[in-house]
Amino acid sequence: MKKLLQLLENDCTLSTEQMASMTNMTEDEVRKQIEAYEANRTILGYQALIDWERTDRESITALIEVNVTPQRGDGFDKVAERIYQYEEVESCYLMSGKYDMCVIISGRTLKEVALFVSEKLATIDEVTGTATHFILKKYKEKHLVFKKQEEQERGYFV
Amino acid sequence: MIDYNAVLCNRIKEIPPSGIRRFFDIAAEMDDVISLGIGEPDFQTPWHIRDAGIYSLVKGFTKYTPNAGLTDLRRAISDYLQRRFDLRYDPKSQLLVTVGGSEGLDLAFRCILEEDDEVIIPSPSFVCYAPLTAIQYGKPVLVQTKAENEFRLTADELRAAITPKTKALLLPFPNNPTGAILRKEDLEAFAAVLKDTNIVVISDEIYAELTYGQHHVSPANIPALYDRTVVINGFSKAYSMTGWRLGYIAGPHPLVEQMTKLHQFGIMSAPTTSQYAAIEAMDHGDSDIAAMRDEYDGRRRYLLDGFRKLGFSCFEPRGAFYMFPCIDSTGLSSEDFAERLLREQHVAVIPGTAFGPGGEGFVRVCYAVSMKDLGTALSRIEAFCQSLK
Repeated sequence: MKKLLQLLENDCTLSTEQMASMTNMTEDEVRKQIEAYEANRTILGYQALIDWERTDRESITALIEVNVTPQRGDGFDKVAERIYQYEEVESCYLMSGKYDMCVIISGRTLKEVALFVSEKLATIDEVTGTATHFILKKYKEKHLVFKKQEEQERGYFV
Repeated sequence: MIDYNAVLCNRIKEIPPSGIRRFFDIAAEMDDVISLGIGEPDFQTPWHIRDAGIYSLVKGFTKYTPNAGLTDLRRAISDYLQRRFDLRYDPKSQLLVTVGGSEGLDLAFRCILEEDDEVIIPSPSFVCYAPLTAIQYGKPVLVQTKAENEFRLTADELRAAITPKTKALLLPFPNNPTGAILRKEDLEAFAAVLKDTNIVVISDEIYAELTYGQHHVSPANIPALYDRTVVINGFSKAYSMTGWRLGYIAGPHPLVEQMTKLHQFGIMSAPTTSQYAAIEAMDHGDSDIAAMRDEYDGRRRYLLDGFRKLGFSCFEPRGAFYMFPCIDSTGLSSEDFAERLLREQHVAVIPGTAFGPGGEGFVRVCYAVSMKDLGTALSRIEAFCQSLK
């Protein structure tokens, strides 16, 4: 059944019919399996990857290193929960290495992101320090390259 | 004023131009064509292979290589053939690096054919074999393979085609355009037929890595055929390296030696940058092939189901990246089907007749395109079939 997840991870716009043929399952089996994955949260959701640079919407993304004092009994999970509940937080990971948590947030403007860090993130009791890195340019995300591939003049052979 | 007609040799003038050119000309006029026509992988060459080519340029490796190809590349090809296909070839005396599999085929014909020598060519098959035979004064003997035999050549058909003039048997498997492959028992039966003859087997194995559900078997895997088999292969299809123009010949030393001589005069050496990239491909590219094969296989299954749901009878292709559905049920000839499908629904496929006798009643559909395009193409083909009713 791993195959179905691989197909979906790569392209969730495939039709049930397409996935059924590709995995040698019936359409009904595909539908049921996907429902089961959704129910047990193996599949969290389906999203489009958008290059906002090509639109007139202002957008800025920051990667924030966060240092945290873990809590007795709960470790980092309770703090993480307090952080990731914010709508602005796009991703939130517990890290090994020099800092404890990596928080990725997107906002309309630099000011919006800066305000979030200073007023919301940094004021959480257990957060002992933050370092904000703004993403200047996105080249690739989830295996997809942002730059459009140039067309090549091709030969027509059979 | 010079008379070009008198200048050009008759043999080249007599070779008919490609019949499918006009399809591409029609397609070029349209801006929303889905082309299932071009026989080329849709993947980019994996980056580590491209990077190896670039790095060779950075290091300034821009000279000719040895005529037969870089020593390290021939070592890599020898290792690869043993690892992947259980074929043993001495890198020093039995391998030649060529400009694509196409040069390999050309060299093979040039080195063995005398005037009127016959070459047995299963048909339908790729378009180059008969012209390359004819230009070398040879005579192509086309043997029609049949859908009921899953487009395999049979030993009986082979036996019936052999004459005292037969010099070579061309084996184009896995097959373009049908997707047919040969089994070990087919090849063993051929070995029995060819025993005690001087017939050479030229095996075009450019799609050897692209088989589904069954590993490729080369005639050179059959001990009784090894000494009479010239294996032609290359990097284009397996590694998606069509534009690098690199292939190779593996075969008996006396043949490879003469082919190397001809290659030395006609070509000098295959492109140096491509050869360095190819070493990387052979040494570290097995997983790239597996990933691409897996992707093609998913598309193959989808397209096969799609054609069958539309009511086409379609043999399940086991190799390459083509499907060869029978379009008899539409009442159209394969030329008419392809032309009308292109004009009315903007989907390009190739009429089976482009691949020789035996192609009438079929069209070739290439599935080296995205699933999205395959889905749209099937919807358009369905609409086209509806319009015929």
